[in-house]
Amino acid sequence: MTYNDKVVRQFVVMTVIWGIVGMLVGVIIAAQLWLPVLNFDIPWLTYGRLRPLHTNAVIFAFGGSALIGTSFYVVQRTCHVRLYAGGLASFVFWGWQLVILAAAISLPMGWTQGKEYAELEWPIDILITAVWVAYAVVFFGTVIKRRVSHIYVANWFYAAFIITIALLHIVNNLALPVTATKSYEVYTGAVDAMVQWWYGHNAVGFFLTAGFLAMMYYFVPKQAEGPVYSYRLSIVHFWALIAIYMWAGPHHLHYTALPDWVQSLGMVFSLILLAPSWGGMINGVMTLSGHWHKLRTDPVLKFMIVALSFYGMSTFEGPMMSIKTVNALSHYTDWTIGHVHSGALGWVAMMTIGSLYSLTPRLMGKKVMYSVKAVDTHFWIATIGIVLYIASRWIAGVMQGLMWRAFNDDGTLTYTFIETIAATKPYYIIRLLGGTLFLAGMFIMAWNTFKTLGQAKAPEFKAAEPADWGEHA
Amino acid sequence: MLNSFWNWFVIIITVGSILACWWLLHWTKGVSDRSPDDDGSTGHIWDEDIRELNTPLPRWWLHLFNITIVFALVYLVIFPGLGNFAGISGWSQIGQYDAEVARATEAQESVFGRFREMDPDALMADSEAMEIGGRLFGNNCAMCHGSDGRGAKSFPNLTDGNWLWGGSYDQVLTSITKGRIGAMPPMGAALGEDGTREVVAYVQQLSGQKADPDMAAAGQARFQTVCMACHGMDGTGNQALGAPNLTDDIWLYGGSPADIEATINNGRNGNMPAHENLLHEDRLRLLAAYVMGLSES
Repeated sequence: MTYNDKVVRQFVVMTVIWGIVGMLVGVIIAAQLWLPVLNFDIPWLTYGRLRPLHTNAVIFAFGGSALIGTSFYVVQRTCHVRLYAGGLASFVFWGWQLVILAAAISLPMGWTQGKEYAELEWPIDILITAVWVAYAVVFFGTVIKRRVSHIYVANWFYAAFIITIALLHIVNNLALPVTATKSYEVYTGAVDAMVQWWYGHNAVGFFLTAGFLAMMYYFVPKQAEGPVYSYRLSIVHFWALIAIYMWAGPHHLHYTALPDWVQSLGMVFSLILLAPSWGGMINGVMTLSGHWHKLRTDPVLKFMIVALSFYGMSTFEGPMMSIKTVNALSHYTDWTIGHVHSGALGWVAMMTIGSLYSLTPRLMGKKVMYSVKAVDTHFWIATIGIVLYIASRWIAGVMQGLMWRAFNDDGTLTYTFIETIAATKPYYIIRLLGGTLFLAGMFIMAWNTFKTLGQAKAPEFKAAEPADWGEHA
Repeated sequence: MLNSFWNWFVIIITVGSILACWWLLHWTKGVSDRSPDDDGSTGHIWDEDIRELNTPLPRWWLHLFNITIVFALVYLVIFPGLGNFAGISGWSQIGQYDAEVARATEAQESVFGRFREMDPDALMADSEAMEIGGRLFGNNCAMCHGSDGRGAKSFPNLTDGNWLWGGSYDQVLTSITKGRIGAMPPMGAALGEDGTREVVAYVQQLSGQKADPDMAAAGQARFQTVCMACHGMDGTGNQALGAPNLTDDIWLYGGSPADIEATINNGRNGNMPAHENLLHEDRLRLLAAYVMGLSES
């Protein structure tokens, strides 16, 4: 029996390509915030249309391809069987690429449901549902066929991610179609807002957190060549994480028409979420502990430790920002953008890049990428880029929050809106620089990936025989 | 208000979820007593070399988790959260808002009280009044009229002493308070293509631009039947209607032949929004005085 790695290779290549596309669009809109004239008065290039293209491309195209691709790799290796339903797995790959293509056309056209991170219109939503069901069949089919009794922790997280995203996607996108490109959602008013942010925050929790924790749980011990720190901790933080994340959505709607009691529940559960989130960080960091000397020679581990550090930092920042009084300052400012990017660049992208640098050579039967030096260069460029990006957002965000809320005894605002924009401008430029550096790193990765995969024809790998677990079997 | 079913549903599922976290921690403490393998691992091996240790939960992490659970329960006693139970503090976001507005209103009373007895000239001479007026202008007017009040195409310049609706204090105050709607009807159909071009020539001549004299003469005849009702026999306009004076070289919608032709063909609709419900009378007076000052400086 051999493993099905073709679909994994396809997803790996597309992850890198979509990473470049999504981040390039991000750099373009960052430049537009500095120089609005860069939309050239062309409707398809305006900020309002490119921004959802950026978020969809990096989350669902880059992040989604990374998650599906690595899950197909990991589930085969940790179940010791070939992927279930190979034809269906191909459909998942091509279907997902079709979804991305449809997004890349429809969003610049201005066809949108107007719901953040769920902008795609109903025909694309139906295609996503079909692809996702096929993905679930392939993944769970493989788990059911497994040749070991215990299901590895990475697969718990992939499973939670797959099931929950299906639920979130369907509930939040219930809509009445009017034409092929226009629909109206079935919810109204505060209920609509609540459903949207129940979806929005759990997309963060299950797509961007649980899915990437799964990646972490396989590739960190694999790359560090050491045991996972604590099985017990993984049980506790897994169940606590998936139970508590579900409640956190209302912190996106503080001081709105949402009833007070719902806001409070969103806040207290966001605070309880701190410990379960850190459980994953501890397990990752402590797995690396004892292997610190490898950081000197293995830049892949550097990506992973930085990713875990940013994960810990942003999962501390998140609960703090969910506190009503902090949120009153931070909400609607660039601080939120900084928080999102410390998660998206620092955690999601760094973990993806680290995992792919670990995975790609293995697909060729090798230990390291074509150029280890290029991996190291990529690491430093990306890290400096993130620091510039996030630090500039923090400063800009706190400044905006303070300027917006300042008012005089006569009731007038101390600063007019345009003054706050003028004050933010230098930080927009620093952010653009940070984003450009991060994008530059992705080009290095693309070169290195094609060099690594293009060296020879990819070998087929025989499925490993399960080890003898003795009395634990 | 939730009915009693949903009220209890919310309370039970909330408290139940929080206590379930506590139970999970408690339960796994028991698990930790079960003896792991000699090497401290669970004995499971995946993919040839992936193993797991069974290290007990870090103490500091357990404490952190417990602290957040206690905080949550205490918070839900003090603040609203458990269904219809309002919390012992009685806090609500609308209550917080009302309290802040009451404090601000009190502060404003002491600022504006002094200005109520002052006439427009005195307001314009008062530096504090003008400072407040400037801030009001920046927050409420600058987005259309520009932060320096010089306007832009379609938005009148307030500094040139040229007024569409009158430049007295009372007229300016009325413009701000009640708003203004300046409607130039589309005349293209009534004038025809040639007629429109002739009127364009005449309007150019009125404002001192170069124009074909024959065309302008033909245009004058048309002007005096079609346009004079609003713009007047001599084209000097009518402030009662907001009809602009066409004999100066000030253009709200542009003075090029193409702009003038578009104005005549398609008409124009200018809309200055009413501010009486947005700003209190105290502020409207200072704002009017500030705008008066803009044109006199």
